[in-house]
Amino acid sequence: MTKRIVILGAGTGGTLTANRLARHAEQAGLEITVIDKDDEHIYQPGLLFVPFGMAEADHLAKSRRQQLHRGVNYIEAGIDHVEVDKNRVVLEDGSSVDYDLLVVASGATLRPEETEGLLGSGWGRDVFTFYNMEGAVGLQKALAAMDHGRLVLNVIDMPIKCPVAPLEFTFLADAFFESRGLRDKVEIVYATPLDGAFTKPEASKHLSHMLDDRRINLVTNFNTGEVDEEAKKLISYDGQEVPYDILVTIPLHGGAAYVGNSPKLGDELDFIPTDPHTLQSKVADNIFVIGDAAGVPASKAGSVAHFEGEVLVPNILAWLAKEPLPESFDGHANCFIETGHHKALLIDFNYETEPLEGHFPGPFGLPLLKDSYLNHLGKLAFQQLYWHLLLPGHDIPMVKAQMPKAGKHILEVKHVKAGK
Amino acid sequence: MSTITLAGKDVARTDDGFFEDPSQWTEDMVPELAKAEGIEQLTDRHWVVIRFMRSEYLTKGTGPSVRALGKSSGVPIKELYELFPKGPAKQAAKIAGIPKPIGCI
Repeated sequence: MTKRIVILGAGTGGTLTANRLARHAEQAGLEITVIDKDDEHIYQPGLLFVPFGMAEADHLAKSRRQQLHRGVNYIEAGIDHVEVDKNRVVLEDGSSVDYDLLVVASGATLRPEETEGLLGSGWGRDVFTFYNMEGAVGLQKALAAMDHGRLVLNVIDMPIKCPVAPLEFTFLADAFFESRGLRDKVEIVYATPLDGAFTKPEASKHLSHMLDDRRINLVTNFNTGEVDEEAKKLISYDGQEVPYDILVTIPLHGGAAYVGNSPKLGDELDFIPTDPHTLQSKVADNIFVIGDAAGVPASKAGSVAHFEGEVLVPNILAWLAKEPLPESFDGHANCFIETGHHKALLIDFNYETEPLEGHFPGPFGLPLLKDSYLNHLGKLAFQQLYWHLLLPGHDIPMVKAQMPKAGKHILEVKHVKAGK
Repeated sequence: MSTITLAGKDVARTDDGFFEDPSQWTEDMVPELAKAEGIEQLTDRHWVVIRFMRSEYLTKGTGPSVRALGKSSGVPIKELYELFPKGPAKQAAKIAGIPKPIGCI
């Protein structure tokens, strides 16, 4: 009997899951359908480079449909809601799609409207985000015209996609203004709700030195309550103020809007409660989750979705065959951090192990937590790997789902309780 | 790790002041814990947040972030900051005897 697999979202996680499952379609009797609202798949890591003229906006997008195996059905439609009890997805036009197994891969969305004043008179004038194409392109023009003043990067609250991207932005901004001879006239400020530069203590120490070296002012424990776009300042809940000339904001994130419309599907931020190891949702046995849509204590990053895919597909096949779920995800994330001047550093971590120094994936690999030209090349090369290996669902040579320990200077392993 | 005496019991806490073992917590420790956080006057609204933190931890295994608190506790974020000026999620977690919220990765 044919089993209907419906995948919501044709981004990184949804596409690679569909393509990996497609290889088993005949043998396992699968009919695979992917649903997304448009046909534009953006290489999101590239957005970081657009404001600095280091990437062209039109080189970052491809057709969603064309990234899918030809045996996969694609429905281009908005999703209205999911009826968890009826195993049914209802589309915006009122039609519905029934499933035997659902994969939620609809990522995270930006919620600038949740911060008071953020979508005010300054939005698109001197307030931008580079987390979408429109904002990244607007910011490019604003930065090109900036010759003095305060450039403020503000993360409003976690969780956000690619938690290192805001830091990378400040590093690249430092290099950008330095190369134009304007660095002494542009003050760069990084305002974060965290108590340090980054969420993980070891990496945070390294990164905060790097901010110091670049004369980037770090403002910690800043919880933005309001943006006053007439007076051009951020105001925190406890009354502190940070003035800006150009504000680069990382708005609040939530899950996809339809999740909020679907009774019993999401949590208060519209992410799906999910077992952090099996990737099966806690909502229903026949709902699995991949990527940013999942409420698991892992980074919201493409590398995480990639590693999750290697675990998710065998677990889905086992579940369909009524067997125990064989694979366990360890929270592995692997991120290149662009540091400016054609250098980058690399961090590699999981639920239990912090980013550490050493080399990846083994003793003679890329340097970890140190900036190097090699890592910068790695970051640039990744765009090709993304379209040609990762999305089609192939393994990337040497890079495995489980975090490698060889090559790392492991001093202590801290156990972080993965949420139950 | 350090040990302090609260309501006559020895309690182990992390270096940054969170309970090592949340099951050691009892409600009669709250006034003392709140005072240490600079909160002299405990109101019903403080208790709403403290009990909510506790129940979230017991059902989900981690305390909520400020934003999740604002959306689901019934206390808006602005008021949360008035109640717990040094950061609602962290302060309320300390007073509710639960580990530091994981929230941010």
